[in-house]
Amino acid sequence: MTTDPRDPDAASPQSAPAAVRFDGVGMRYGRGPEVLSDLSFELPSGSFHFLTGPSGAGKTSLLKLIYLAQRPSRGLISMFGRDSALIPRESLPDLRRRIGVVFQDFRLLQHLTVFDNVALPLRVAGQARASYADDVIDLLKWVGLGDRIDALPPTLSGGEQQRAAIARAVISKPELLIADEPTGNVDPEMANRLLRLLVELNRLGTTVLIASHDIGLVRSLGAPVLELADGKLIDDGRRAA
Amino acid sequence: MSQKSRSGDLLPPDRGRDRPLLAVAAILVFLASLAGIGAAGAWQAAEGWTAQLTDQITVQILPGTGRDADADAEAAAIEIARLPGVASAEARGRAQSERLLEPWLGTGVLPDDLPVPRLIAVRLDSETPLAPGAVEALLGDAPYEVVVDDHDRWERAVTRAAAAVRYFGLGVVALLTLAAAAVVAFAARASLAARWDVAEALHLVGAPDSYITRLFQERFFMLGMNAGLIGAVLAGVVGYGLSILGGSAGAVFFLPRFEFGWLGLGIVAGAALVSGLVSAISARLAVSNVLKARWT
Ligand SMILES: Nc1ncnc2c1ncn2[C@@H]1O[C@H](COP(=O)(O)OP(=O)(O)OP(=O)(O)O)[C@@H](O)[C@H]1O
Ligand SMILES: [Mg+2]
Repeated sequence: MTTDPRDPDAASPQSAPAAVRFDGVGMRYGRGPEVLSDLSFELPSGSFHFLTGPSGAGKTSLLKLIYLAQRPSRGLISMFGRDSALIPRESLPDLRRRIGVVFQDFRLLQHLTVFDNVALPLRVAGQARASYADDVIDLLKWVGLGDRIDALPPTLSGGEQQRAAIARAVISKPELLIADEPTGNVDPEMANRLLRLLVELNRLGTTVLIASHDIGLVRSLGAPVLELADGKLIDDGRRAA
Repeated sequence: MSQKSRSGDLLPPDRGRDRPLLAVAAILVFLASLAGIGAAGAWQAAEGWTAQLTDQITVQILPGTGRDADADAEAAAIEIARLPGVASAEARGRAQSERLLEPWLGTGVLPDDLPVPRLIAVRLDSETPLAPGAVEALLGDAPYEVVVDDHDRWERAVTRAAAAVRYFGLGVVALLTLAAAAVVAFAARASLAARWDVAEALHLVGAPDSYITRLFQERFFMLGMNAGLIGAVLAGVVGYGLSILGGSAGAVFFLPRFEFGWLGLGIVAGAALVSGLVSAISARLAVSNVLKARWT
């Protein structure tokens, strides 16, 4: 599937349901105020979007809704064509395995090597180490961690941790990739390299959503942009960029 | 490419943190094992006593005035021996009865006219039961008084006492098991809280709750096994020590006579396994409840 990231609708033939669809979604933490309100947008299957907005606008919160770490307080979210509120609890792990996430704070396990961290999604999915070892090592070389395979995360620089986190998110070739500031800690050259990795993944069919402040990065691809301000969408990515 | 050929444990080792818990669990298993050994011993002892009591009865002949009590007893014994269900009956003379009374009356010569009861030891035939009341009926017309002591009262009392000790022992075992399960549940929650990062990371890469629960369950199974081994071996050593430290001390504590053979090993292995299972189940319930509450 070769997709032009500039055209969100091109990747959405009638048959394939949108990877993500929000309809009037609002969200609050506990009993706090709504941090997101009236969100309506859709990420067609195979599309590539950026999500921007000032700090505190709600980018991370929106991503949490997508990777099912939070439930909406109102509205409807559908994932791969299914109303997420109706998905039984037992099916959520399967759904999560179709989603790769790069967390803003990485969430690497500090006692596991870079190799084991990156292999985690495959291990959890029950795959044998022998079947993925080469893939993991290849990917680590690609993100420039070929010589840190056995290192523990606390001994890595911020940028190295970020690259390990990205490798973990993409290793299982998920259908949907969510990345929260994936290039926040690396130099522009590495940022470009990582972005190319995500574009490559998108070419293979993965729907990609990247949250970032970095206007240069966001503009570099000309991909559609969802823009958040104060918990509301001021651009749903349908306008020509 | 120096990467190790084995994947690292998903739960980081927790040695230092586990040690106090291991000690508490081992002590609980130790106490539970002692209670269990005591209950088994009480049962064993009671069975021995009642077996002795049921195959014999004692008949007392209270001498009538002016009669030769020894001769009466001899005659009665011969008649009793003919009853169906009786294997043998043997009259004890005055001398023997006096010896039995020595502890109370001293060794001095007793006055001849003191009516010392004569005893007839009756051994029962284990095949044919003696009809109840047969001895009293047989000697009902005799010119002396007869008291038949069939040990029934004693037997029932002993059985009741043994059962009480046994149920008490089982109750103690049950309580200690409950306490161990509660301690482990508490510890499992603490362990999960300490490793929440691991649980959450696994959750987010698509591990079902059962996958995360299994990690803790396995860890606590091993901990329970170790505690069980330590506790049961200690209890075995202490029990064995008490039972060879004089039979009387052993009997007081209802310690069974054991031979430390395969049975002993089996008991230790069984205690370790049960302890491991209790620990694993308790940890599993605790962790899965927390996960269910956190991730709705
Ligand atoms: N766990 C939480 N509990 C309560 N409020 C929260 C929580 N996380 C975020 N918030 C609030 O929600 C709002 C949006 O936060 P969010 O992290 O989504 O912003 P963001 O756009 O990702 O910011 P940044 O660019 O700094 O990462 C903020 O007002 C924040 O204080
Ligand atoms: Mg954020």
